Amino acid sequence: MSLLSRVAERIYWTARYLERAETTSRLARVYGNLLLDLPREAGLSWDVLVQITGGGDLYRELHPNPSVDTAERFFVADRNNPSSVRSSLALARESVRTTRDIVPSEAFRSINELCLWVTQELDAGTSHRRRYGIHSRVVERCQQISGMLADTMSHDAAYQFFRLGRGIERADMTTRIIDVAAAMLLGRDNLARFDNSLWMAVLQSLSAYQMYRQKVKRRIVGPDVIAYLLKDTQFPRAIAFSSREIGAALSMLPRSGEPIKKLGDLRRMLALRNLGELSIADLHHWIDDAQLKLGELHGLVVATWFRPSTTPPVTMQSQSQSQSQSQSQSQEQPRPQGQSQDTDVGVSAVAASS
Amino acid sequence: MRIDWNQYQPAGFYDELFAAPGQARPSAAELANYLASLGTRELAERQSDAERAIVEMGITFTVYTEGQNIDRAWPFDVIPRTIEAVEWARIESGLIQRLKALNCFIDDLYHDRRVITDGVVPDDIIATSANFLEACVGGRPPYGVWANICGTDLVRDRDGTVYVLEDNLRVPSGVSYMLENRMVTKQVFPEMFEHASILPVDDYASQLLDMLSSLSPRKVDFPRVVVLTPGIYNSAYFEHSYLAQRMGVDLVEGQDLCVADDECVYMRTIRGLERVDVIYRRINDTFMDPEAFDKGSVLGVPGLMRAWRAGTVALANAPGSGVADDKVVYAYVPKIIEYYLGEKAILPNVPTLLLRDDDDRKRVLSDLSQWVVKPANESGGYGMLIGPRATDEEKAAMAVAVEANPRNYIAQPVLALSTAPTLVQGEIEPRHLDLRPFILQGRNVWVTPGGLTRVALRRGSLVVNSSQGGGSKDTWIVAVKP
Repeated sequence: MSLLSRVAERIYWTARYLERAETTSRLARVYGNLLLDLPREAGLSWDVLVQITGGGDLYRELHPNPSVDTAERFFVADRNNPSSVRSSLALARESVRTTRDIVPSEAFRSINELCLWVTQELDAGTSHRRRYGIHSRVVERCQQISGMLADTMSHDAAYQFFRLGRGIERADMTTRIIDVAAAMLLGRDNLARFDNSLWMAVLQSLSAYQMYRQKVKRRIVGPDVIAYLLKDTQFPRAIAFSSREIGAALSMLPRSGEPIKKLGDLRRMLALRNLGELSIADLHHWIDDAQLKLGELHGLVVATWFRPSTTPPVTMQSQSQSQSQSQSQSQEQPRPQGQSQDTDVGVSAVAASS
Repeated sequence: MRIDWNQYQPAGFYDELFAAPGQARPSAAELANYLASLGTRELAERQSDAERAIVEMGITFTVYTEGQNIDRAWPFDVIPRTIEAVEWARIESGLIQRLKALNCFIDDLYHDRRVITDGVVPDDIIATSANFLEACVGGRPPYGVWANICGTDLVRDRDGTVYVLEDNLRVPSGVSYMLENRMVTKQVFPEMFEHASILPVDDYASQLLDMLSSLSPRKVDFPRVVVLTPGIYNSAYFEHSYLAQRMGVDLVEGQDLCVADDECVYMRTIRGLERVDVIYRRINDTFMDPEAFDKGSVLGVPGLMRAWRAGTVALANAPGSGVADDKVVYAYVPKIIEYYLGEKAILPNVPTLLLRDDDDRKRVLSDLSQWVVKPANESGGYGMLIGPRATDEEKAAMAVAVEANPRNYIAQPVLALSTAPTLVQGEIEPRHLDLRPFILQGRNVWVTPGGLTRVALRRGSLVVNSSQGGGSKDTWIVAVKP
């Protein structure tokens, strides 16, 4: 049975949203800790995270008078921010619920439960301690769901789309996390003496600290950490590893020539020597570029499998499918309601009397 | 405490399980003994087991967990309704006879219209039918069968006669509840299934797939069958998804399909377009193809009607089938059966007056409290008036509506629906019910053994609506050992 394009797309997005929720929670957790560690005069605030995850304009629009609190809430709990933890989980649930016949029901149930639980918790209160617990649970449950899918789903085309979505999102998020650190250091000489704590935090946010220490025997310094997170081929959240994952998933899908070629661009960028030695400004440019490549790869995934413009056995008459939609992240269009046409069994016309 | 069936009083109605207080009908004898031995407390426990099992399944099946869940708001009563296999065989043959005749009728209407020229059904009834679709004239569905899946509503009156209340030929739903109710009952009363010979129902999905495959225009070993759903917001989405899963076919939405220049239907897959042979559509006629019908429909597939007319794809049910699902046409079904099959109807209609007839209209309007009045083209009980229960205002409003459009209304006498023992807040009491069997017709005809029994859970209520306190029961066709 071939996989429906729509179903493939929803599985792909489920993976991306889950990964996004997980990484956003990781970032929030570690960043919250970092704020506690660093003295106030270091001048760190949540705004940096908001900028880096790409919600800056929306944030300024919603919060003309920003504060630490509004920024954190925007980042974690805001329904209006499509990348907040809450929104990502809601979108994951929205994507997965129409693929229940493909995705194992336990996974569907877990995603559903997690989403409802987080909504409840976020509505209930906002103490720091509590939020830490929420983030830990999100990370843990997302990993559990990912493991569940790996172990209970056939590793068929549907699973490759899950892997693909997760790989692309993960690579993208790792670049953003490095960017956060770089942006914080950029032009803030007063932070330089906290450099070490900052890179340690970055490693922790990716659960990379332990693995990193095993591999790199020196004291933690920025260039080593950057090189590790970009180029390591053994650590799952390093970009080089993710790009291999993406490549492996692509190679198991039909008609994957173009996307594989595009992935080559990213791999060539990673092959550059001395990536760790780049100046903060150059690193930022490199990251911009890498994100661009990932965006283009995503565009090709959409064009190849979700909105194929290629011709069917015969020329198409209907044009609707060729309008390749923009790469907007909210691909889910709510369907119009109220066209329920089935004879509702619950409402029948039984005539009778006593 | 042991249940004392002598205390169970159906009070003048025909009871499905008891011929008289303490005297179970043959089909229910084993069940009555078994329930009595359990006692009311144990029975109440089994009822909560059943409810828990439904919630558990609901977690898997349910789409919406937030807010109201339409599907499972519908309660289940643990005491099954039984029908003796011998009686069922007669009902089954009546259902088959009826669907065969209705399909001949639909096919005739869209071709030669002999039934009209021969004066069996008046021309104007068809001409004014909202469900007669011009676009279907000349259409040739496989085997000349238009309505492939039919959900007929049956009721039993005080004297025990089983009547056909309604033919649902458009997109009847509810079969998933029939299957689910049986799964639950097997979990809750496993002992009964070991001893009694109760006909199984879980064959439905295979029968449905066989029937749908038999419609394929391409003669291939495994034709591509899909279920077309309006989407997640449809109240029956659960059933669409469930049936697709049980048949092992794709559940598609309008956007997944397209019609190419070769007038064939394709679905969009990651490998490109793939040909579709049979569509079990759960979308109403006029939403199916924006090109042919409702221009604004985003649920449909542009060009689907062209493909259907070209014979490259089968649609079940075929578009236009609803013409026989009109309550005015209903009144003619016994004549229709005689006309096409040369047989007397095995299952009678509820006596029906057409209010387009001046004398009948006067008779009904002179005393509305004696009648049930229904609009011809509504389904789901909308716009219906139950005379004895209606207020003066409701009756006055109905009289105005009937005078304004007499063709659109029918009247039926008020039936005394049969009852069955039902567990209500720990007590066993009689409650009124009906039955919806499902009939499949493709190359062959097949009827579900039993069907979906719907029960009015409110005391004295005659309405099995979910919105008005209705629920459902498992239905057992029981072979009584001589």
